[in-house]
Amino acid sequence: MSISEVGDLKATPGAALEARVAELERRLAEVEDRQPEDRVSMVVFSGDLDKVLAAFVIATGAAAVGQEVSMFFTFWGLTALKKRSTLSGKRFFEKMMSVMTPSDSTGLPVSKMNYFGVGAKMLRKMMADNGVASLEEMMALARELGVKIVACEMSREVMGIHDDELVDGWETGGVASFLGDALTSKASLFI
Amino acid sequence: MSEMTFDRLLDASGLKCPMPVVKARKEIRGLEPGQILKVIASDRGSVKDFQGWAKVDRRVELLAQETRKSESGDGAESYVHFVRLVK
Repeated sequence: MSISEVGDLKATPGAALEARVAELERRLAEVEDRQPEDRVSMVVFSGDLDKVLAAFVIATGAAAVGQEVSMFFTFWGLTALKKRSTLSGKRFFEKMMSVMTPSDSTGLPVSKMNYFGVGAKMLRKMMADNGVASLEEMMALARELGVKIVACEMSREVMGIHDDELVDGWETGGVASFLGDALTSKASLFI
Repeated sequence: MSEMTFDRLLDASGLKCPMPVVKARKEIRGLEPGQILKVIASDRGSVKDFQGWAKVDRRVELLAQETRKSESGDGAESYVHFVRLVK
């Protein structure tokens, strides 16, 4: 049934009219279902301090202006979610990965001019001097504001990161769980 | 400009993006619908940030914004925002 048919009301007896209204209501509900929600979703692929910080600035800002926020951490992004590094129970390559990646967010490098961590320390100092909240403060704030933190199950397993190495409050998910959020979001970012 | 009335004051001076909006959001939750939050910020970006907030969040309304010379006389400016909780 097309809209123009529905518009032709004069020639329509009561029962048919009701049927058309019902059909319109059904289609309106369908359209409403497809409207994006007040949601922002992100893939955090990077484990660089500056990029992760940008992700959390957007996340906390979006949550503050009334958006639901989902952050999907994958590959290097997972290192930002770590609270410690353990070696026991890991295979050789997994141990190597543990040793060569930061054991928590305070050890994240910067994407440029890192110079073995000196650059990251410098950036943190410059941000603190400017009154910018630290990454750790932002992460705590994000949790307080109800930002959803999802750790990609596949890359977590590949990198050999154990559940108890990650900060509290994360949930596990895969591409479909991200898409479930992203496809109903008003904005979707890859960082 | 005549002084607007408000129900609560938040001093967000010294805070940088996104904190003025984040703190304002937290603060305004404690208000009743119809009440007004006054926010003083030193972050120049907060002017556009508060406009953006009011644009995307139907629960708040931006009533007025002012730029004031800081009282310390160092030429710094402060940015004042009046936000009403709609619902």
